[in-house]
Amino acid sequence: MAIHNREAFLDKLAGRLGRPRRTEVAPPSYSVRPQERVFQGATQDELVEKLEAQCEVIHTSFERVTLSELEDTLRRVLNGYGVSKIVSAGGPRIETSGLVDFYDQLRKEDYEVQIWDEEKGRQNVEFAEQAGAGIVFSDITLAESGTVTLFNDRYNGRSISLLPETFIAIIPKSTMVPRMTQAGRLIHEEEEKGNPVSSCVSFVTGPSNSADIEMNLIVGVHGPVKATYIVVDDL
Amino acid sequence: MSIKIGSKAYAERIQDGIDNSFMRKAVSSAQGRFRTGRLKAAEELGDWEDWRTLGEEIRSHTMENLDYYLHQLSEEVEKRGGTVFFAETAEEANAYVQEIAKKKQAKKVVKSKSMVTEEIGLNEALAESGCEVVESDLGEWILQLDEDPPSHIVTPALHKNKEQIRETFVKKKGYTKSDDPVELAAFAREQLRQDFLSADIGVTGCNFAVAESGAVTLVTNEGNARMVTSLPDTQISVMGMERIVPTWEDLEVVVSLLTRAAVGQKLTSYITALTGTRLEDEVDGPEDFHLVIVDNGRSKILGTEFQSALHCIRCAACINACPVYRHVGGHSYGSIYPGPIGAVLTPLLDGYEDHKELPYASSLCAACTEACPVKIPLHEHLIMHREIIVERERMNAKSEEIMMKGFAKWASTPAAYKMSTKMARTALKPWTKDEHIENGPGPLKGWTDQRDFPAPPKKSFREWYKHREERRNG
Ligand code: SF4
Repeated sequence: MAIHNREAFLDKLAGRLGRPRRTEVAPPSYSVRPQERVFQGATQDELVEKLEAQCEVIHTSFERVTLSELEDTLRRVLNGYGVSKIVSAGGPRIETSGLVDFYDQLRKEDYEVQIWDEEKGRQNVEFAEQAGAGIVFSDITLAESGTVTLFNDRYNGRSISLLPETFIAIIPKSTMVPRMTQAGRLIHEEEEKGNPVSSCVSFVTGPSNSADIEMNLIVGVHGPVKATYIVVDDL
Repeated sequence: MSIKIGSKAYAERIQDGIDNSFMRKAVSSAQGRFRTGRLKAAEELGDWEDWRTLGEEIRSHTMENLDYYLHQLSEEVEKRGGTVFFAETAEEANAYVQEIAKKKQAKKVVKSKSMVTEEIGLNEALAESGCEVVESDLGEWILQLDEDPPSHIVTPALHKNKEQIRETFVKKKGYTKSDDPVELAAFAREQLRQDFLSADIGVTGCNFAVAESGAVTLVTNEGNARMVTSLPDTQISVMGMERIVPTWEDLEVVVSLLTRAAVGQKLTSYITALTGTRLEDEVDGPEDFHLVIVDNGRSKILGTEFQSALHCIRCAACINACPVYRHVGGHSYGSIYPGPIGAVLTPLLDGYEDHKELPYASSLCAACTEACPVKIPLHEHLIMHREIIVERERMNAKSEEIMMKGFAKWASTPAAYKMSTKMARTALKPWTKDEHIENGPGPLKGWTDQRDFPAPPKKSFREWYKHREERRNG
């Protein structure tokens, strides 16, 4: 941990700008704020509808359920993908949503399920690399772009949403916001309060894709090939 | 590699470009698709001009206070367990990265696409230190296998067709399947997975750093940047010193502008913001994080009439709008930064000597300026370059002749040009489609037989210039 060569470097910039170094800058007030207008005043249900429409664009399957239907839906989605090896994010939310018991049940039925566990260290990553599906909870969900925001941490390793071939995001309806504006503001406000942002914030919008070969869209070049969002109404 | 690519003379590069009919078709269809995507995205928003205004305001505020924000950024990165290195020159940046590689006894480095590392020639420096460097972006990986420079900022391998790509895979990697893009990509996925899992160091660029939290943000569709930053234990991010925003609220605006202007997406598949090292209770992510902030000539632009060139967010919208780029392709610019922004930036970073033709690689139609999501007056910058080349540097650029014979004559004949400024927009209406003119009449015929012609700007350069002079004098 260190900072090298800073002072001379920054002195030079200030010199070029024709003034002494600045040690304070008043936050600017910008003349327009078009970002506020997107889906302004929309209800949570309307935002879910926008999300559903956007899922078409981003090649992502969409499900909408109540908490009591979540297990059956997850099972159907997993079977649809032909997946029997699963890595899932852990933490309080898999408990409140009843997934801990559901995973136990799956294990009895010859599924291999691993909940991300810091005690197991690097083995988590190796498991994720072999897993057919990674299951995470969205922290903030952006209706406009169809994006789930993941604050990666000890419960939600970066690899879960990245290495398995399919990506399943459980989206509590309460996490819906119009667009990235609200996510950016929330993080900004937390920073101002002195709550530092997570070491990795991933905004994920559907499966991995590329248009590098003759501009053909190809999914899954590095990350997941397929993605499903499951919106849970009463979470 | 440095900012300059290849040693061929300008005229020869242009001729190569013109002779390569696959490339020209690919470029023209990509331009069309990107342009349509951008216009559709702008239309969807409805208030694109407000977005552009906001983008411009954020970028100018940041540049005016660059020393302050870079200071804040470095403090925050250090607080989060990272090391920051300010590099004046390419050599200093490379030497620092080489030193890390040596300390880690690194054998393999995986990279995600980054223009600044191209600019400083980091791959060569790492190779010198005995590291195998693997570019992980699919397009860059293809080019690396083929030892070919990129030709477009967003789709670097645009000039290659799938048969050529298959051949490269067969020759260099023992590939046995077809030239179906899906099979080609699946093969790349398989190969690259092994590299990610066995790499000692991950190197990334930085689309935008966020000063208030010390985050480095990467905008990709493939997710390779996530691989590069999740799997190896050491991460090095290299950023051009201007690639910074003050807060997360500003970040989301420039990211939205970037993805819409680049490809017409609301957001790309992955936008990843990484802050320092992984925390103690985390399993993946780097345990050692370095941020290298590079000047390499950028500070010369600060405080000059070209300062707004530093506002660029590398979306390539100007490139996709440019009729000259469409005609000659990316390699003709002889720089890793092609198109209008390349023609503005390259002489600023690398001097006029090798690049005095670039400011002439433009029809001054202002399509680039209209396309730019942060309102950089690109064509005005090109004119300022021309003035400097002619007046201050006393250099002679022959480009107009080479680049666009017929067009140049028409555009540089005062009478014809004047006529066009007054009448062209209305007169050409019947032939104008989607900002461009297809199958133009009269003097445009020869040009549009080959390629689309840009519709005349709403305000011509001469009008603009006159207006500026009047303002200046009055
Ligand atoms: S100059 Fe403007 S349009 Fe061109 S790449 Fe930069 S930001 Fe995009």
